[in-house]
Amino acid sequence: MTTHAATAQPSYLVDTGKRKGLLAWLTTTDHKRIGVLYLYSMISFFLIAMGVGFVMRLVQLTTFQKLITAQTYNALFTLHGVIMIFLFVIPGLPAVFGNFFLPILIGAKDVAFPRLNLTSWYFFMAGAILAVLSLFTGGGAPDTGWSFYAPFSLKTGTNVSLAVFAAFVLGFSSMLTGINFITTIHRLRAPGMKWFRMPLMCWALYSTSWIQLLATPIVAITLVLVILERFFGIGIFDPAKGGDPLLYQHLFWIYSHPAVYIMILPAMGAITEIIPTFAKRTIFGYKAIAFSSMAIAGVGSLVWAHHMFTSGMSNLATILFSLLTMIVAVPSAIKVFNWVSTLYKGSIDFQPPLLFALTFIFLFAIGGLTGVMQGALAINVHIHDTYFIVGHFHYVMFGGTGMGFFAALLYWFPKMFGKMYSKTAIYVSWFPIFIGFNMLYFGMLILGMMGMPRRYYVHLPQFHTMHVVATVGSWFLVLGLLTYFGTLLYALFKGPKAEDNPWGGVTLEWTLPSPPIQENFETIPTITHGPYHFEQESK
Amino acid sequence: MSEHVHRDDFGARLGMWLFLVTEIVLFGGLFIGYSYMRYKYPMEFHHGGAELNATLGVINTVVLLTSSLTVVLAIVAIQRAEKKRAMAFLGTTLVLGVTFLVIKSFEWAAKFHHGLYPNSAHLGTLPPGEQVFFGLYFTMTGLHGLHVIAGLSVLSVMLWWVATDRVRPDRYIHLENSGLYWHLVDVIWIFLLPLFYLAA
Amino acid sequence: MSQHAEHSADLNTVQQPEHPAEHPGYGTFIKVWVALLILTACLVGMSHVSQTYAVWGLLTMTPLKAGLVFYFFMHLKYEGPLLKIVILVTLGTLLIFFALLFSDVAFH
Repeated sequence: MTTHAATAQPSYLVDTGKRKGLLAWLTTTDHKRIGVLYLYSMISFFLIAMGVGFVMRLVQLTTFQKLITAQTYNALFTLHGVIMIFLFVIPGLPAVFGNFFLPILIGAKDVAFPRLNLTSWYFFMAGAILAVLSLFTGGGAPDTGWSFYAPFSLKTGTNVSLAVFAAFVLGFSSMLTGINFITTIHRLRAPGMKWFRMPLMCWALYSTSWIQLLATPIVAITLVLVILERFFGIGIFDPAKGGDPLLYQHLFWIYSHPAVYIMILPAMGAITEIIPTFAKRTIFGYKAIAFSSMAIAGVGSLVWAHHMFTSGMSNLATILFSLLTMIVAVPSAIKVFNWVSTLYKGSIDFQPPLLFALTFIFLFAIGGLTGVMQGALAINVHIHDTYFIVGHFHYVMFGGTGMGFFAALLYWFPKMFGKMYSKTAIYVSWFPIFIGFNMLYFGMLILGMMGMPRRYYVHLPQFHTMHVVATVGSWFLVLGLLTYFGTLLYALFKGPKAEDNPWGGVTLEWTLPSPPIQENFETIPTITHGPYHFEQESK
Repeated sequence: MSEHVHRDDFGARLGMWLFLVTEIVLFGGLFIGYSYMRYKYPMEFHHGGAELNATLGVINTVVLLTSSLTVVLAIVAIQRAEKKRAMAFLGTTLVLGVTFLVIKSFEWAAKFHHGLYPNSAHLGTLPPGEQVFFGLYFTMTGLHGLHVIAGLSVLSVMLWWVATDRVRPDRYIHLENSGLYWHLVDVIWIFLLPLFYLAA
Repeated sequence: MSQHAEHSADLNTVQQPEHPAEHPGYGTFIKVWVALLILTACLVGMSHVSQTYAVWGLLTMTPLKAGLVFYFFMHLKYEGPLLKIVILVTLGTLLIFFALLFSDVAFH
């Protein structure tokens, strides 16, 4: 298995074409290099947005005498949301690990449209740059929150148009990636790689890509309407002209709720790859997990109006959407049960990726359960637009997608870069992350129950203690994250060479050298069995 | 790398169809918005529709339907290695597409002349529902017009490629995909006609 | 790059049969075009009768016209099941979006 030392082809990290260095990277059509380009850009955006979040918490440390003005605070939470959502969590796992590993996992040499793939990255970067420009041009940084609700987004003097256009461009990037992945899975599977022999990450990416295709265009057109409204006053969302802000909310959430499943599904896919490897046994309930991915994608597209329970919808709609919201919890729970059942009676090899995967399950369970609470109409009215919502979606998006991303990065880092990181340093980083995370976001859940509204610049004295707890938690969290990224950065330059298969995984990427060669496979493998086929188990 | 060796015409068509899915949903969002508003303002939409020139709308429909036909005939011609004929068909499509845009611009000019455009003083005096009607009319026909322009650009390239044999009887997937795009633009217009021009 | 190309040429031998069926001729498409023009005429005619007829014309003729363009001009008739499913899923999704939205709008 590990006789690749004599391989003729160089690793994908070595420049062999006419172009060298940075230029070779910027013009590459290799899916692995594009994945790495996304990785570097996204971690940068993540760190920036993390810094913004850190400052927001500092502001809440006092009840008066604020560090910054209220308008700056509005800009900061908009900025934090826009960067985290559009530049990190939505594209995070599919663009980085999907690009790098999808072709490898199905035994292909590249995605179906490699040049289109590079184009997606350029759209992504263009969107990111426009988003940054919107902060410093026009009327200043947008202050609407990441959801750009009409009619405020139509009336505010800040530079909403450019920010919204940036989101449009990012949506385009996301759609192109989706088209690429679906075509790749349909057309480029290796001989014998039947649908039910694909690693479950591929199913997760497949479901995700469908949501990207079917939901993203709705938000694209909605954002175009906001721009047209601001420039030409077409009046569709403007009540003064007969338009309806409620229509904006509907159209916005038709995309933006499914978008949270775009965010979480690939993370679930990565967790599903990690757990069998460290339990050394096949996944429990392969088909249940595959179909639950599709079910989450399907049902998840039909629950959007649970964001609008207090917006004045019809009673029928509120009841219908409440019911559908509850139903989404079923396929999500199926996955959790399958992961836990896989671990049961497995030969557990406790390594950093598994630690982060278990953290994912724990935090996601809290996020998921608080989500079901919000789906109930009566509770929703009580906690609507409070810190409870903020706490909930950080448990799902950060505890879920974020931890999934960190776990996936730990799992695949040795394969991607051929270097091993210090496991001890990662364990050390885990403690402040875990403790800080729960202080910060559980604190927010409690604050929300007490009635602290979200997006407020100031808070009343009775909320002060919990705000301090949350802020101190944010310090732990940031400390842990910096240790985590520092460890990986150090490993990238100074780390010892990683083995080809450091974790004893059995999916196709572990049959390749670390880092993989340019065309992934010297000969395309023929697949004869399912993805999680552990020898010791079949003995 | 592998795209130079790996030729998968079906994969290319699948990719194009998936792209069309995003286009369908994009306009679908607008159609949903249209129905929402029409449900809210049935009478105002009736009045708004009466302001539009149905004759021009119908003529444009015939123009686009015919241009769709000539694209599909150009593909038949390429399959039969009738290069001259394929070029003639594509040329006809381009002429018809431009005709559509010219008619459209006359129509828009007339609306502007009557003060019926977003943010105009005259439109502001009309009932709110009619303002929304014209907002939607300009948005949807405008966005469709942009798609016509995009389609014409792509088809011009195809005409060039047919002339220079980059599109030929054994390799015409690009023409097929461009044709798919053009037909979709046609389908969208098929829906716009009754929603706006025949609403009265 | 070229040596990779040679290397992998034999690996990608999964050639697709290109349009297995006979290609349809000019006649088929011209007939469809005539049908489209007739349907357009019916649509315009119905819209002049009364408001009710206009709405029914919109709901019947328009999808029929779109269907003809999809099925013949866009060659869905000559494709396998996958592309048909893709389109049906898309239209189904839009229909469900529409229905759920109207569970709010129509019951205010």
